[in-house]
Amino acid sequence: MTKNLQFDFTVDKAAKTVYITREFDAELSLVWDAFTKAELIDQWIAPKPMTSKTKYQDFKVGGKRFYAMVSLEGQERWAIQEYTSITPKTNFKMYNAFADKDENPELPGSEWDHTFSEQNGTTKVNIVIYNESLERLERILDGFTQGMKMSLSNLENLLATLSQRS
Amino acid sequence: MRIYLQPIGFSKKLNIMRRDIFQAIADPTRRAIITLIALQAMTPNAIAENFHTTRQSVSKHLRILTECELVKQEQQGREIYYSLEIEKMKEIDKWLDQFRKIWETRFNQLDNLLSTIKKKKK
Repeated sequence: MTKNLQFDFTVDKAAKTVYITREFDAELSLVWDAFTKAELIDQWIAPKPMTSKTKYQDFKVGGKRFYAMVSLEGQERWAIQEYTSITPKTNFKMYNAFADKDENPELPGSEWDHTFSEQNGTTKVNIVIYNESLERLERILDGFTQGMKMSLSNLENLLATLSQRS
Repeated sequence: MRIYLQPIGFSKKLNIMRRDIFQAIADPTRRAIITLIALQAMTPNAIAENFHTTRQSVSKHLRILTECELVKQEQQGREIYYSLEIEKMKEIDKWLDQFRKIWETRFNQLDNLLSTIKKKKK
């Protein structure tokens, strides 16, 4: 029953741009909501075992979403998304920057452009991410890999404890 | 899961390197040189013939690529041949693959969320 859903991921290092295309087996309005409503975003945006928590969101041009990626150990990495352009159910753009817990941004950030289209009940999302610095891209990855490493070592400890018991 | 652990050592290595390998592929001429010598080892003169640029300019690009350890030199008689360090290129692939993995994980989570919401609606 599973449809074959397109997933493209390319990085143009020279242009410091990441291109992502993904299809979803859902109608456009639902996919739009999943990308633009904080209570839904928080349910999928953080790659497990990380979680996402939104402190507040104001989805309008000039409005922001202030959120944190939280590691399994409870370490919070705050970031701000400022919406720069919104065409309902078609396109939205935002500027994303890391921040401290008091909402002070660390520049430079990255520019995000999302475009939505639907065909035969399948919704396609095109994401273009422009990063002003490649080091920033590395930082995102570093945080993620460290989170993964920590949770894996937790798992190892747990497994070791369990096997000692038996 | 193991895949995620690999780039930690790699990014450490990046910091130590005199030149970042991404600096090497950030230039279109250098990317073209990489494509050329990926097929066969070539002399600087043979490489330069493929570009509307000076021999000096090609030499400069080759020097950067060598410093990034993306190409290696080999002396054959009086000529120096440049060829690609395939393993180094794979590191770039591996590095980029991590980002792809993050998005794959995210989108799989979104697939599940969307199907949960759809079921609730019915």
